[in-house]
Amino acid sequence: MSGDLLSLDGVSSGYGQSRILWDVDFALPRGKATALIGRNGVGKTTLLSTIMGLRPALTGRILFDGKDITRLSTHQRARAGIAIVPQGRHVFPFLTVEENLLSGLAARRDGKKAIPDFIFDLFPKLAQIRHRKGGLLSGGEQQQLAIGRALAGDPRLLLLDEPTEGIQPNVVAQIEAALRHVRTEMGMTILVVEQYLDFAWRLADLYSAMQGGRIVRQGDTSSETADAVAHLVHI
Amino acid sequence: MDSAALLLPQLFNGLSVASLYLLAAVGLALSFGLMRVINMAHGEMLMLGGYLAWLTLMVVPGGFGIIAALPVAFLGTAAIGALVHMGLIRRLADRPLDTLLATWGLSLILQQAARDLFGPIGVEVRAPDWLSGSFTLAGVVIPSARLLIIVMTILVLGGIAALLDRTRVGLDIRAVNQDRMMASATGINVRAVELIVFCVGSGVAGVAGVLLALLGPVTPNAGQVYIVPAFLVVVMGGLGSLTGTSVAALILGLFTALAQIFVDVSIAQMLMLVLVILFLQVRPQGVVAVRSRALDV
Ligand SMILES: Nc1ncnc2c1ncn2[C@@H]1O[C@H](COP(=O)(O)OP(=O)(O)OP(=O)(O)O)[C@@H](O)[C@H]1O
Ligand SMILES: [Mg+2]
Repeated sequence: MSGDLLSLDGVSSGYGQSRILWDVDFALPRGKATALIGRNGVGKTTLLSTIMGLRPALTGRILFDGKDITRLSTHQRARAGIAIVPQGRHVFPFLTVEENLLSGLAARRDGKKAIPDFIFDLFPKLAQIRHRKGGLLSGGEQQQLAIGRALAGDPRLLLLDEPTEGIQPNVVAQIEAALRHVRTEMGMTILVVEQYLDFAWRLADLYSAMQGGRIVRQGDTSSETADAVAHLVHI
Repeated sequence: MDSAALLLPQLFNGLSVASLYLLAAVGLALSFGLMRVINMAHGEMLMLGGYLAWLTLMVVPGGFGIIAALPVAFLGTAAIGALVHMGLIRRLADRPLDTLLATWGLSLILQQAARDLFGPIGVEVRAPDWLSGSFTLAGVVIPSARLLIIVMTILVLGGIAALLDRTRVGLDIRAVNQDRMMASATGINVRAVELIVFCVGSGVAGVAGVLLALLGPVTPNAGQVYIVPAFLVVVMGGLGSLTGTSVAALILGLFTALAQIFVDVSIAQMLMLVLVILFLQVRPQGVVAVRSRALDV
């Protein structure tokens, strides 16, 4: 088996008549964090949605842990071990914090019925507000909740779409620490879409840059500086 | 004549009518709230529940056959609901007009099937002795059958509230209702959840059909009588909210019962339609404004 947990092989995707992703070849090495960068509208969210099965792949194949998941539905991919923290967070507005976290357990294969303690260790705030409705939380609290909900499903691959968007620095630091913990202590593979390159470079081992629905550049965050790729993100 | 003597029994009557409206409407409200689906064959679930009661009484005669008929009708109509969902509703997802037409066709087919199987004039479900009488409470004569209808409605509604509020399936239903895409991304099988909700809604209509059979004969078009008020209840209640549906059922049930003191049944039904239209002029969002598919309790 290859060292890649996920690989995309010639994947295209889009909305109606308009094609957004063009023959994307892309792989995520096991246990590594990869940052996906690119300007607004290049297709980063579309790529994550296609991996999660929220949008169908029009061409190509998606392999997860060596198995072809191209035709699996979203909930089957979740149960196979892929979790997403979507752009805009999408916490369930009329469920409490606790219920939001419980909903994440649906993806688990071990049948565990309780919210794992480590989620409250990573985000102590969630324990304090556990009975509050998701829709009433601040943006930072919602982001922590969305990450907690994804982790509750015990995923092997965690997809995050702009987790620092509109979040203040101390919460960004907490999110960074949490993601670092799940990668190093739990061996989770991470794909994070991020415009904020400093954050991306602190967290990720690898980067992939998108332009016009294609991956145009890939590399190592330890051998290239964020400045070297900044022109791919900022105009 | 003493007006209280006329009013109180009719109020009680109204409560039992409201209960039947509510039981008939719950399934419509649930499936509209969750799937934006209008099942025109929902009334036939009441009719099937009535025939299932009649069949159960042939197998289980005696005083408690009617009690046995309740779970039989629930499970029987839930099973038929499952077939309708898998064979029709799911296949026509996101095509509301086609769903409307297909389920209307199904409603006609089911009525004709009942006519062929059980005859055009219908069958009689005789209430057992303990239900056919009445008793007097604080000077009001209360027919036992109508009390059973009210009690069963409270139990069914409490059961649905407990299902939504206290079980894992209920959590899944609420999650799907609030954000379908995100629910599937957390690993919830959205189609299975929709199937369960549709089955529960059909099953509750089947229970309503049994109770309805205590009040009159079961005919092939028995469902039609209650389905129109049930649709009005759902619209007035705010399209998918259970609280709103309950309040609307109460208002319309009491309204028809009281109107019948003064006018005959068909005029009362017409006045009910006028009432709903006027109500929606004042409050277009219904009794409870449903916030983006928020199926609340
Ligand atoms: N639901 C949709 N229907 C039609 N077009 C869409 C839809 N969602 C996105 N698009 C289009 O697809 C393209 C890629 O969008 P996508 O959201 O993947 O970009 P992105 O890289 O995530 O951008 P951002 O950095 O702004 O989040 C855009 O041109 C967008 O307008
Ligand atoms: Mg995006």
